[in-house]
Amino acid sequence: MSGYVEGVLIVLAINIVYAYGAFLPIAAGQLNLGVAGFAAIGGYVAAFLSNKVALSPLAAIPLGGFAAGLIGLAVAIPVLRTRGIYLALATFALGEIVRASILNLEVVGGAAGYPVTAFIGLPTIGLFAVGIIALVWLLFAMRFGIAITAVHDDERVADLMGLNVRAFQIAAFTLGAMIAGVGGGLYAHAFNYIEAQYFSISLSISIVLYVLLGGTQSVLGPLLGATVFTLLPEILRSGAQWRYVLFAVILIVVMVLRPQGLVTGGQFRRFFGGRSNAERAEQAA
Amino acid sequence: MLGSIYAMVGVALTLSIGILKFLNFSIPGLFMIGGMVTWFLIRSGVGWPIAALGALALAAAAALVVERFTWRWMRAAQEFVPLVSSMAFLILFENLAVGYWGSDLKSVPPVFGSSDLRIDNLVISVPQLFGLGCSIVLIWSLSLLLTRTAIGRALRTIAEDSDTALLLGVDVTRIVPLVFIISGLFAAFAGVLFAINYRQVHPFMGDALGLKGISAMVVGGMGNVWGAIAGGLIIGLAESFSISYIGADFVDITVYGLLLLILIVKPTGLFGDAAIGARA
Repeated sequence: MSGYVEGVLIVLAINIVYAYGAFLPIAAGQLNLGVAGFAAIGGYVAAFLSNKVALSPLAAIPLGGFAAGLIGLAVAIPVLRTRGIYLALATFALGEIVRASILNLEVVGGAAGYPVTAFIGLPTIGLFAVGIIALVWLLFAMRFGIAITAVHDDERVADLMGLNVRAFQIAAFTLGAMIAGVGGGLYAHAFNYIEAQYFSISLSISIVLYVLLGGTQSVLGPLLGATVFTLLPEILRSGAQWRYVLFAVILIVVMVLRPQGLVTGGQFRRFFGGRSNAERAEQAA
Repeated sequence: MLGSIYAMVGVALTLSIGILKFLNFSIPGLFMIGGMVTWFLIRSGVGWPIAALGALALAAAAALVVERFTWRWMRAAQEFVPLVSSMAFLILFENLAVGYWGSDLKSVPPVFGSSDLRIDNLVISVPQLFGLGCSIVLIWSLSLLLTRTAIGRALRTIAEDSDTALLLGVDVTRIVPLVFIISGLFAAFAGVLFAINYRQVHPFMGDALGLKGISAMVVGGMGNVWGAIAGGLIIGLAESFSISYIGADFVDITVYGLLLLILIVKPTGLFGDAAIGARA
């Protein structure tokens, strides 16, 4: 495998992990524009642990994710009082605060960035990505997934059906923060260097676009969206600087023609002859 | 001065939110078009007033294209869709500008000759004064348009409920493009002001400013035109104060901390939930 292909695959695997971090809250009806902030927390904590405490990256990265999840949980409680566009903006402000704070944190290099000594290669990163996909898949095969979908579709009805809406929202947000944190840890150890500017609002927006392009109703959506979004600019590279223009046009066209994203759950179930959403819901109730 | 540019961008965003309930992410792109096209036309040898008009016209045309691909498809789709499309338009505008003009910083020649007015020890910069005057006039006329005219009444009806407006005989699909044009013009005019005041433009100039404009809008209360102006000034002041008293490195923490605090404590903003309809 050439170095170029390996590099692209590493970026792809990390982007897939990020995408699932944004997918969980979106599946519960919350647009999280602060994903990059949680990725930053996970990345910096993991980098610090493997640099200063000499932990193996295999332990440091999950711990980084755990730290991001903890902070996610702490902020989810006040932030999730807001909803809709207010929630999106609150998470955006949160992400920017994290980024600006790290910029001023001299322990981890501040604006100069933070070098990371330990290194992990494509196989490890790939395994992490597969693990995250499996985890989310599992979650959505259980009652959790149905509950999250119910909360997304109609909070009031979900509440009437006896679901603890707020608990599920907080859980989805926290788990999403955790997964984004793992993504940040992977990034730090794959490139051996992180800087606060990388974790900007543009990163959050791209991650959210992966999910929205791929589809928010199916567990496969983020996988497809992240893959298309990562590989398309590489394939279009022949078009040099105009590739982002073409990319934006494709995005606009997809949103007009297929606003629900490229894949939906119903499509897959119909394709594989499984049960419909209605039947699943009936069974759950 | 930066405060009044934030305010203009905030007004552009708040019009879109207040009337259409749509956070139009392409507005920073229209701001950039305002600035970059002004620079481009002045460099091509056109006088600055004509350059400014050209920039405004192009931004209005771009705003119409955005309308065609976002709001028109909104009702049938999920609420995220127009948001995503307008983000795609931002990427599109910025990269078109990079494609045509390159991504480096461009400097705009001074348009007001010797540009300082001196009254004793007080130094007033003419472009700043001009900008401030124009923004006050523009925002005043917008407010008159919304409160005194038939179009304004139609827009306020749409703000309350676009379906009811349709039932009452307001031609919603014909009048909505107007909202896009007005908010596009506000954003682009802020861009023109930025270009002639700070005399530097580049394709991504809209990003940071758009984010501050969003903060201005939220701080003042979404959908409230005068709130956006107050919000713009508050954000501008918060920046200046945190530079003087805490240090330049902490500006973003102060501004976004303020934004987060307001969203959690009083999400409707400092000036309440006055939608366009109630107090424009």
